[in-house]
Amino acid sequence: MSVVFERPHALIDVPTHYCPGCTHGIVHRILAEVIDEMGIEGNTIGVCPVGCSVMAYDYFNCDMIEAAHGRAPAVATGVKRTNPDKFVFTYQGDGDLAAIGTAETVHSATRGENIVVIFINNTIYGMTGGQMAPTTLPGQVTQTTPFGRSPQLAGYPVKVCEMLSQLTGTAYAERVAVDSVPHIKAAKKAIRKAFENQKAGKGFSIVEVLSTCPTNWGLTPLEAIKRLQDEMIPYYPLGVYKDVEEGVFPAEGGNE
Amino acid sequence: MATTEILLAGFGGQGILFAGKILAYCGLMDNKELSWLPSYGPEMRGGTCNCSVCISDEPIGSPLVLTPDILVVMNQPSFDKFVKDVKPGGKVFFDSTMIEASTDRTDIELYGIPSQQMADDNALKGGSNIILLGKLLKETEICSLDTMKKAIEKVVPPKKAALIPNNYKAIELGMNA
Amino acid sequence: MERNLMKGNEALAEAAIRAGCKCFFGYPITPQTELAAYMAKRMHKAGGVFLQAESEIAAINMVLGAASTGVRAMTSSSSPGISLKSEGVSYIAGSDLPAVIINVERGGPGLGGIQPSQADYWQATKALGHGDFQLLVYAPASVQEMVDYVVKAFDRADKYRMPAMILADGLLGQMMEPVSFPEINPDAYDKSGWAANGHNNARDHHIINSLYLQPDELERSIIDRYKRYEIIKETETEAELYLTEDCDILLCAFGATARVVKSAVNTAREQGIKAGLFRPKTLWPFPVKEINEAAKNAKALLSVEMSMGQMVDDIKLAINCSKPVEFFGRTGGVIPTPAEVLAEIKRIGGTL
Repeated sequence: MSVVFERPHALIDVPTHYCPGCTHGIVHRILAEVIDEMGIEGNTIGVCPVGCSVMAYDYFNCDMIEAAHGRAPAVATGVKRTNPDKFVFTYQGDGDLAAIGTAETVHSATRGENIVVIFINNTIYGMTGGQMAPTTLPGQVTQTTPFGRSPQLAGYPVKVCEMLSQLTGTAYAERVAVDSVPHIKAAKKAIRKAFENQKAGKGFSIVEVLSTCPTNWGLTPLEAIKRLQDEMIPYYPLGVYKDVEEGVFPAEGGNE
Repeated sequence: MATTEILLAGFGGQGILFAGKILAYCGLMDNKELSWLPSYGPEMRGGTCNCSVCISDEPIGSPLVLTPDILVVMNQPSFDKFVKDVKPGGKVFFDSTMIEASTDRTDIELYGIPSQQMADDNALKGGSNIILLGKLLKETEICSLDTMKKAIEKVVPPKKAALIPNNYKAIELGMNA
Repeated sequence: MERNLMKGNEALAEAAIRAGCKCFFGYPITPQTELAAYMAKRMHKAGGVFLQAESEIAAINMVLGAASTGVRAMTSSSSPGISLKSEGVSYIAGSDLPAVIINVERGGPGLGGIQPSQADYWQATKALGHGDFQLLVYAPASVQEMVDYVVKAFDRADKYRMPAMILADGLLGQMMEPVSFPEINPDAYDKSGWAANGHNNARDHHIINSLYLQPDELERSIIDRYKRYEIIKETETEAELYLTEDCDILLCAFGATARVVKSAVNTAREQGIKAGLFRPKTLWPFPVKEINEAAKNAKALLSVEMSMGQMVDDIKLAINCSKPVEFFGRTGGVIPTPAEVLAEIKRIGGTL
């Protein structure tokens, strides 16, 4: 009997702490599948954020480093610069990447840091119990926007892919979602492309994954998927925002 | 020899730190203990600038020169500020083109030479500081001419090595002034 | 050995490269900028990485990343920048990573000034970040010691898997002195048991982490760390004792201030006053045995610092408040003069 479906080796066989219906599990899985398919688990180093995926170091089978809140791209820079032959990725949420870690995100992108950033955008701070995130939609109710996010009071959401695609050092920026089978397939393809970019030395690659947080949104998992489709995708359109086929650095001389 | 404490002072851009470095290297060449300490501030050009150099047979204590044995001074404000601090019996070398030596001190020796004018007359742009070092070399026991020439070779950056003969000439002018 | 004439900041950089430092991450700040500039020029030739980070915070976290892979890594700054790094330093300590941090101190608090200061003594020895942890803190007093202690800091950081700091000041950073470089073995410690540099399918995955959600697990990790600290307190203290055998008054000073004090002690001796100098070279661990030895015949102690007296409490604790401990200091970037210190010696000496 042939095996047609199994757990990726890069994903350790342990129960995760994620809530039922949370899409972290899907993203973990497709990321692990890419690592398996490329055969790079032994020379990959992952960097975890502070947020719901803070304990992802217990789930991925490659070497893992836990960073301070928002600092994962700086930690990844330190790893990649001293180990240029290794694959390095960060896995960050919206608060981590687009609020407290904005400077680290923007500057690792503009340096063309040859790393992969997996960015989970679920428009809320999950781990701390549902506060406003930099990506919280206008009108969205959270613990700290009890009357809905008011742009006058709390400003507008950060559109990360749009912003980073303006930087010369960004080689690849794509926004995907994990709400349906076709979208999940596209998300995996994007993650694969980001890692292939790193292999080819093209520069900074980010895959923004529109995700759900049923618990803090106060919705069932299915309702959460529907909100992602009806409210998030119209505000955060899916697609490729930047793709520099030849990489961000001139062929000779590099970035030194 | 006890510690010789040297203070060099002037405007930024006059080569105060450079002259101090030459003296420091003289100490290094002669295998002495030494220290070189610049003043540092937010202004990059044109502000006041001074530099402490200590040369000794013993380890240097405080590298900050407050009461110099030798004062090398290249502008009026620095002369007015530091001449009162010179140790009794100390020596002051100054550019008489730039400085009017008004002091009532009689317990120090004043050596004023028109080093800026001499530099201009001899096409030694920016050589006033080195001319003063030449005078210092002649009037003190700081080191030999040979040592100072070696020190100059060390301090002048390789890409400006063509300027070394000019520095020798400036030393010579100072010694004969 | 060949004597070179170098600025303290440059000597720190050169010593780090020779000690096998493979990467430097920094951000410009007076009065330590020459260090970064030197690294920028030299690091590439030495086969290492120099990167100017977007902030002090990013720089220390780049150090964390590089150190996680088992590479010798360093950052440097001056007082306000060190405050920004404190988050990362705490994470480095909590993750049991070796790293070297240089503080070329300037006056504070706030933006403070840019002249030499020692007012980060408390920050360095007590609280450079949140949580239960310590750094090894070395206080060089000459350009040569800058070199020697950078080498030692890398070695001990690796040995004990903890951050080590060189606590210098603007005076030491800016001054030039003759210096020579020792032979160094940067590969003395095997990091293959913990480094997260890719398992190459040959071992289990390594995790570099400071998070323990179970209180008893976190407590255990801290207690393990504090056991190491006990060994360090026992074996790593260093101090200079100068004319202490018969001294009536024992001056206590570290770093650049100790040089000023030494000049004052010499003058006091010439004038028949039995003064001595205790100079801690390690600020954490504080040299308790050594100060008790130095103070055994003294009638009073005088701490001289470029701060408002941050070392005084450590001195009192070390001698169990058995003798009066006086204080004289200048702060805000003012360097005390030998004459001022001598006057203090006489003021206190007169009452002995």
